[in-house]
Amino acid sequence: MPKNSRRLLRGIGLLCAVALGATACGGSDNDSSSDKQVSSADIQAALKKGGTVTVWAWEPTLKQVAADFEKKYPKVDIKLVNAGTNNDQYKALSNAIAAKKGVPDVAQIEYYALGQYALTKQITDLKAYGAEKLADSYSPGPWNSVKSGSGVYGLPMDSGPMALFYNKKVFDKYKIAVPTTWDEYVEAARKLHKADPKAYITSDAGDAGLTTSLLWQAGSHPYKVDGTKVGIDFTDAGAKKYSDTWQKLIDEKLVAPVTGWTDDWYKGLGDGTIATLPTGAWMPANFASGVKGASGDWRVAPMPQWEKGANASSENGGSSLALPELGKNKELAYAFVEYANSGAGVQTRIKNGAFPATTKDLNSSSFQNTEFPYFGGQKANKVFAESAKSVPTDWKYLPYQVYSNSIFNDTVGKAYVSSTKLTAGLKAWQDASVKYGTEQGFTVDK
Amino acid sequence: MTTLQPPAAARPRPAGPPVRRARRSWTGWGFIGPFVLVFALVFLAPLAYSVYLSLFRTQLIGGTTFVGLDNYQQALQDGQFWDGAFRVGLFLLIQVPIMLGIALLVALAIDSGRLYGKDFFRITVFLPYAVPAVVATLMWGFMYGTRYGLVGDVNDAFGVKLPDPLSADLVLASIGNIVTWEFVGYNMLIFFAALRVVPHSLYEAAEIDGAGPWRVITAIKLPAIRGALVIATIFSIIGSFQLFNEPAILQKLAPNAITTDYTPNFYTYSLSFAGQQQNYSATVAIVMGVITMIVAYVVQLRGMRKGA
Amino acid sequence: MTTTTGSVRPTAPLKSAAPRLRSPRRRIPGRPRRSILLTVLTGVVLVYSLLPLVWLLISATKSQQGLARSFGLWFDGNFDLWHNIGETFAYQDGVFGRWLLNTLLYVVVGAGGATFLAVLGGYALAKFAFPGKRAVFAVVIGAVAVPGTALAVPTFLMFSKMGLTDTPWAVIIPSLISPFGLYLMWVFATEAIPTELMEAARIDGASELRTFFQVALPLLAPGTVTVLLFTTVATWNNYFLPLIMLKDPDWYPLTLGLDSWNKQAQTAGGEAIPHLVLTGSLLTIVPLIAAFLLLQKYWQSGLSAGSVKE
Repeated sequence: MPKNSRRLLRGIGLLCAVALGATACGGSDNDSSSDKQVSSADIQAALKKGGTVTVWAWEPTLKQVAADFEKKYPKVDIKLVNAGTNNDQYKALSNAIAAKKGVPDVAQIEYYALGQYALTKQITDLKAYGAEKLADSYSPGPWNSVKSGSGVYGLPMDSGPMALFYNKKVFDKYKIAVPTTWDEYVEAARKLHKADPKAYITSDAGDAGLTTSLLWQAGSHPYKVDGTKVGIDFTDAGAKKYSDTWQKLIDEKLVAPVTGWTDDWYKGLGDGTIATLPTGAWMPANFASGVKGASGDWRVAPMPQWEKGANASSENGGSSLALPELGKNKELAYAFVEYANSGAGVQTRIKNGAFPATTKDLNSSSFQNTEFPYFGGQKANKVFAESAKSVPTDWKYLPYQVYSNSIFNDTVGKAYVSSTKLTAGLKAWQDASVKYGTEQGFTVDK
Repeated sequence: MTTLQPPAAARPRPAGPPVRRARRSWTGWGFIGPFVLVFALVFLAPLAYSVYLSLFRTQLIGGTTFVGLDNYQQALQDGQFWDGAFRVGLFLLIQVPIMLGIALLVALAIDSGRLYGKDFFRITVFLPYAVPAVVATLMWGFMYGTRYGLVGDVNDAFGVKLPDPLSADLVLASIGNIVTWEFVGYNMLIFFAALRVVPHSLYEAAEIDGAGPWRVITAIKLPAIRGALVIATIFSIIGSFQLFNEPAILQKLAPNAITTDYTPNFYTYSLSFAGQQQNYSATVAIVMGVITMIVAYVVQLRGMRKGA
Repeated sequence: MTTTTGSVRPTAPLKSAAPRLRSPRRRIPGRPRRSILLTVLTGVVLVYSLLPLVWLLISATKSQQGLARSFGLWFDGNFDLWHNIGETFAYQDGVFGRWLLNTLLYVVVGAGGATFLAVLGGYALAKFAFPGKRAVFAVVIGAVAVPGTALAVPTFLMFSKMGLTDTPWAVIIPSLISPFGLYLMWVFATEAIPTELMEAARIDGASELRTFFQVALPLLAPGTVTVLLFTTVATWNNYFLPLIMLKDPDWYPLTLGLDSWNKQAQTAGGEAIPHLVLTGSLLTIVPLIAAFLLLQKYWQSGLSAGSVKE
């Protein structure tokens, strides 16, 4: 290389060093402002004083809540920003935290993702704000999900107690009874597919959320979490129930290999070729907007049980609002979160189609007696509220479930498209998750 | 670093007056300075920062430690990385020749003057280039659907059972098809532009000597546009090695066929975005960048030497 | 790097050193016979190129229910295109119009700036000998070979320190670099500007800047239009970097906005609006296609002048 270009490279190197100096300071200094107790008087004072609260959330019903809140507290300005949906937003949040700049004051975080932020203390323990007092006002599943160790790291915004959505028109047409156990479900699947080879009992192309929810319902405890000690095991009795049943459905090609949330999926829900959908109670709003054509065809039933006569459910999806540690105006931020997730905001959100996590609202007669025109006038909330009560509370997600779920289809997905067995797929998922946990400094117990 | 540059442009032309190279001065920097400055800011600085990051390891538990070249050692032994690298290598060997081949044939056809409505051809074949990869993949994703898509419709209409384009065996070919669709017209135009300025006197001489159209193509036209072919190949190699948009978007439709480590670029994305492993992600990207440069360099050397 | 080019696959025209340029070859009187066979064969490629676009066009005429119930490559009973366009511009308080304006801003400043930098740089590479000249392009190509997805986070951290994230600058500044544009202008300027002309201007006492603006720039016009078109496409289709840099939907470009509408169907309580996503996609590519068609005379002459026989 000629001398001159070497000089040039040196110049560029210098430039980079300048840029580096500006950026390579991503360490974390812990100023724990969260230790001090914040009384409700403090919060009231902050509300009077006013200020701006930046909220990152993709939940559509918050828009009205923010407007109402601003009306009630005219000095407070809520800046509601849709910074992306789930993973996009988490990455944006992590980036902002790494840059220590532009961190929102409130962030929507799904239950399965909360553990990671709690463990690394990137979000605030809300105990100091009196969040623990609200424990009894939430149904057990969601409340358990926002707790990590002894801390409370968010307030539950919505919940997804599971139910079985089924296409009554299809069931009636082929005279199939609504299954109450998973064995009956498999039977129904066979009967349906035999009667109409284009119709399937459900669609599943591998979905980490569904699998973990079904494991949860089956009483499995695949994840054990104790601080930085983690255990992963997909071979307990509950997991076996799940994998045996689901293996049958896959082997006999009884589930449509349609990926959830795609156009094909929406079409399948609409035209009767996908006959049931076991999912969370937040689904009705999606039915109403995404599957308009099938209005009146669908109904809601309790989840099929793994054991006859049992009454177990689980949660699917749902998210909380949390306060990032680097956010500002914590008092105001907490006031907004409490208003939205525990106070008057809950009713507003229910009216706009959200499914609450608060027991008072779940049990209220106006909520339970709401008739859903989409479901032929059925009072579907009764089924959902009943389900919410039957969620086992001892379920844990990994503190790095976001990563684990991202590789679900790399591993368990093989069971859907090849001769790999579900148990082998789960084992591969387990191994990959163990490997990642070890790399990240967790003590992983297989 | 490769020595890739516009070969002839850098050299003084034999025929014309010499480029003014007598006075080596800094005046040129006044003109290229703005480009270099912005380039340093948006390319070199992040690149240097990535090299710096690649020497560290950050854990969720335990924070950041200096690990020297450990990440590089890990990358070189990483089966997931090499699987992806071989996959894009295979993609490169098959898709690039097909894409450039079609582009070349269309360019030759339009240039031959034997087509009806050649202007219409030229502009229409080029149009897909205007479509964002997001939209292009969305459209093809629909066509690939075996239930409601075009494949499904064809199956129903003719009572056949076409293989599923999104199955694990075929999805790479399906991605290749999308990329081909997007860039055939673009490459065609490059070739066509090169063909247009081949002096016509050369053809006349050959035709007088009794050479047929194929002979004219192989003996005159192709050698004349070899520079265009080489550059198109090199940029296509870089494009193949960086394959990301199409598999990333198609993954939503075929999550089991397209893994999160499907291509090296997708792998670095997954490491960084889902796995929070920015350090290792940077390492993999740098290793892939070096491989890309080596391959591009070799192709350039061979392409320029052959029959020159 | 994907971040500036959007589509990762720039391709460049070639080498140069032609005796004459901008003298497209003249058709001799005995023009070749038209061939139906060749037309039909090439027509296959044409159909291949058009088919997905036709699908998009037809889909944009359907309502949400129409999409679900009809064959993809034919019209549904109702023709809802105008209604869909109206709804696309009205949805979420007309945010689509805002995205369109944002995209135009990014194109005018980003692609315009990128073209200007490329013209300046290409002119320097072609017409000046300066220290480090050989290294410049090698470094550019070398940096482009590194996958952009991994550089996105470091870029974000840097921009964040500089306070640029969530502002239009975060999209515009990275768009200012077009390695392919630089290459094209280098080749083009070498051919298009006779060195004697520059010498003559200098002898007349013109400054370097004056020489550039008054002598070189007019000669570079066809190449400039070509580069402008390519940088416009790259900026218009830019997706990944804005995704990292922007949080505020008010600054989204069209690609990001459409993506957010598409993802909306995938969340609890989100409204599925596939018909608006499709209509929006169509509206996104129509301006680009229009620009291609309107400007084709200019950019094609630029291309051919830039790519000259060996």
